[in-house]
Amino acid sequence: MTRRTREALSGFAWLLPALVILLAFRVLPIGLSVRMSLYDWGMAGARAFVGLGNYAGVLRDPVFWQSLASTGWYVLFEVPLILFISLFIAILLNQKIRGLGAYRTIYYLPVVTSIVAVSVVWRWILQPDRGLLNYVLSWFHIAGIRWLQDPRGLFRLIAGPSVQLPAALRGPSIALLSLVMMGIWKGIGYNVVIFLAGLQNIDKSYYEAARIDGAGRWAMFRRITWPLISPTTYYVLIMSGISAFETFAQVWIMTGPPAGGPLGTTKVVMYYFYETSFELWRLGYGAAIAFIAFAIILALTILQRVFLERRVQYG
Amino acid sequence: MVLPFYWMLSTSLKTPLEALKFPPTWWPSSMQFSNYRDVFQQIPLWRYFANTVLVTALSLFGVLATGIMAAYAFARFRFPGREVLFMGFLALMMIPLPVYLVPSYIILYKLGWIDTYAAMIVPWTVNIFAIFLLRQHIRQLPQDLFDAARIDGCSDWTTLRRVVLPLCKAPLVTIVVFNVIASWNSFFWPLIVTNSDKIRPLQVGLAYFSREQTTNYTLLMAATTLAVIPLILLFFAAQKQIIQSQARSGLKE
Repeated sequence: MTRRTREALSGFAWLLPALVILLAFRVLPIGLSVRMSLYDWGMAGARAFVGLGNYAGVLRDPVFWQSLASTGWYVLFEVPLILFISLFIAILLNQKIRGLGAYRTIYYLPVVTSIVAVSVVWRWILQPDRGLLNYVLSWFHIAGIRWLQDPRGLFRLIAGPSVQLPAALRGPSIALLSLVMMGIWKGIGYNVVIFLAGLQNIDKSYYEAARIDGAGRWAMFRRITWPLISPTTYYVLIMSGISAFETFAQVWIMTGPPAGGPLGTTKVVMYYFYETSFELWRLGYGAAIAFIAFAIILALTILQRVFLERRVQYG
Repeated sequence: MVLPFYWMLSTSLKTPLEALKFPPTWWPSSMQFSNYRDVFQQIPLWRYFANTVLVTALSLFGVLATGIMAAYAFARFRFPGREVLFMGFLALMMIPLPVYLVPSYIILYKLGWIDTYAAMIVPWTVNIFAIFLLRQHIRQLPQDLFDAARIDGCSDWTTLRRVVLPLCKAPLVTIVVFNVIASWNSFFWPLIVTNSDKIRPLQVGLAYFSREQTTNYTLLMAATTLAVIPLILLFFAAQKQIIQSQARSGLKE
């Protein structure tokens, strides 16, 4: 045996444990998932080959489209809000204030806390008759918001009852927006830390030069901070988009019964996938949902790359 | 930001009657520490804790073992298909959970592993991000170190143990911290692969408890407080490492 073969063999040997686990619990399932999506597959196993029938079924399924719309609204509201709030806080914290560490800790606490615990506590805070939030709002004479139980769409509420809006334009329900609100509270700490690191990487001399030229705060933000922080912004956008797409535990714990309510307005794609696969045990159909959702995420990520990355300035 | 935490703590120390008072009281009028005793009688909280600790510890052990070996192989051995295989690993990292969850369930079912610790541990004994992090780090170590080790007659194992690992402290700490947080808090996977209280980890047990107790907020908040305390303590202990390594992971992009 030459030295090269020996080295190659040891290489494979060292890789083997990781490889075996990944083959058994990633590669094999992904392959099997493709196959399952082509069958009418229940818990007992494959029943009938249906070709692309499951995919066609999902694309014709009004509940799927509603869940996609709910997910879309969730992402559309949560991601930009998280982005701007955490950038704003990061800029405030970057002013060499005293007690930066303490602030960072406070913002970061919700990040390490499990989504289950956070959801349980927020369900209590959002309780309509006894909850803390409605009590605090009552100081401002705002009463009777039924947070997690209100299925009415935001745009419908703004437009008023006299305007007839098609279903797709009614907007996220108050219940879904309650989940968005909690998501922002849980998510900003992570992004504040990322933005702070990005801000501290910007060369201070740019700001000094701008100050000499008499630039105001807004001009400095617009011309220096915003362009130079764009790689971080892009990263935050992608990461919070992906995590918003994965919303699941909140729905399981906070909404309903039945979960996904009221009127299915919080039934996001992940929850619909769970319900189909593990409550109704329509495994083939569930696999098709997973692939279609994955294709959509992939397409959106590529679109973001094409349209946004050109505007990101590296280095 | 901390108000929800305060509210959790304050509710957990109230009597059920006071908790449902409206307008609510900010400070419990009499401290009901007995809530914390009662919650242990309502649900097998110790059991949940033990399950979570066991799953967290064993999967961390697996992640470190497989991760260090795979990273060393990718960084130090030359073999055909090495780069392709590494790209394959990275590609797997992009595949979201739903795509492999259902068939994984079936595989675990066929193995007879549903509702066992193995179902929660074995599939999570590899963390591709850990392999990636360690490989990048090992590749940056100077070649001289490895040459010196070889001249001293070190085998690959000894080189790894004596030379490489002591120099990998930073990435190892990052991996430990993030893996512990992720397994302690994981919910979707254990929800699906467990169905009895004996096996259930803390998060799943707490979630079921919250579905059963729709009005008993004092006990629910006591259970939640107990569930979040260990990670908050870990966070305070390792705050610097957690925040620094997270900030770095953002910069790398």
